[in-house]
Amino acid sequence: MEKQHWPLWEIFIRSRQGLSHRHVGSLHAADAEMAIENARDVYTRRQEGVSIWAVPASEITASSPDEKDVLFDPADDKVYRHPTFYDLPDEVKNM
Amino acid sequence: MEMDLLQRFEAYVASEKKIEPKDWMPDAYRKTLIRQISQHAHSEIVGMLPEGNWISRAPSLKRKAILMAKVQDEAGHGLYLYSACETLGVQRDDTIADLHSGKAKYSSIFNYPTLTWADIGAVGWLVDGAAIMNQVPLCKCSYGPYARAMVRVCKEESFHQRQGFQIMMNLAQGTAEQKAMAQDALNRWWWPSIMMFGPPDDNSPNSAQSMAWNIKRFSNDELRQKFIDLTVPQAELIGLTIPDPQLKWNEETGHYEHGPIDWKEFKQVIAGHGPCNKERLDARRKAWDEGAWVREAAAAHADKRAAQKANTAAA
Repeated sequence: MEKQHWPLWEIFIRSRQGLSHRHVGSLHAADAEMAIENARDVYTRRQEGVSIWAVPASEITASSPDEKDVLFDPADDKVYRHPTFYDLPDEVKNM
Repeated sequence: MEMDLLQRFEAYVASEKKIEPKDWMPDAYRKTLIRQISQHAHSEIVGMLPEGNWISRAPSLKRKAILMAKVQDEAGHGLYLYSACETLGVQRDDTIADLHSGKAKYSSIFNYPTLTWADIGAVGWLVDGAAIMNQVPLCKCSYGPYARAMVRVCKEESFHQRQGFQIMMNLAQGTAEQKAMAQDALNRWWWPSIMMFGPPDDNSPNSAQSMAWNIKRFSNDELRQKFIDLTVPQAELIGLTIPDPQLKWNEETGHYEHGPIDWKEFKQVIAGHGPCNKERLDARRKAWDEGAWVREAAAAHADKRAAQKANTAAA
């Protein structure tokens, strides 16, 4: 049996103006136009979106979960990046 | 080394954290999920058939529109689930081929026929009701993509159950003939519906492992009991009788006790000898085979357009 693999697309939806697009899942489509049409039918049957991005899954570069520690460690010991690190005198009510 | 990874994995999952697609996972965890999610996806897709059977004969335009929306939702649910399954490293076409070859299973409930319009009511009320009971705990499953797909499915599924109950309620409050039709549908769908929760706990070989991995949260019998406790009063409310002469309320436990379930029938249907097994698989294969030219044409069209674009860019 001959196989016709349509490529995989990752779908991102903006649920309303003012919010970012958010990943909702993936689907198969022959091309970008069809990916948008299919995404409309699969992921927005109840007005979940005002805008769709379809990205070929093969074009996404992802960080590797195995390197998670090496990649994110440097942020671990920098508590001074958070406002709670700094003690303020009680007299300062708002800062 | 492998042992170390396994222990870390199990401790991680036990602490209610989520596993994402590229994370390390034991082979058996991956295989269990692929089996379960693909079966689940197939069930949504095959589940379109018994309901689709009534779209052209729905008793009013409103009912037809509602049923179409419901069947379209089932297609959507199948697609969310195939998409989740694919994150585990399987190809969509292979998953579908496994359904068509009979290697993969789907929920045995869809091997029963929908004989009257009341069956559409019974399917929504009981079958979708039982499915929701199974699916709500899956929203907290340890595998992220599956859990997220289930959140979407559960949100949409509650309209399905309500529309089914409404059909049953309207029929039950109608003429004697309509009420008899509703009762007949309940009689036929009750037992297969409570079998949807799977074999009893003392005979459910995969359950313990799935529980340990936080894929499964409640045992089959627990969920079955919950469903019965919730559904019996609903039937009473609309004046229908659950077809189980031994059904009775136990004041002490606060639960209904039910009569024996015919597990022989369950096994028969799973083994392929239900009333509609052949019809369902034939319909799926036919749809796939007859759609081949559409898939090919769309691929050819996409290639042509890509070539045109490349030409224009070069010129």
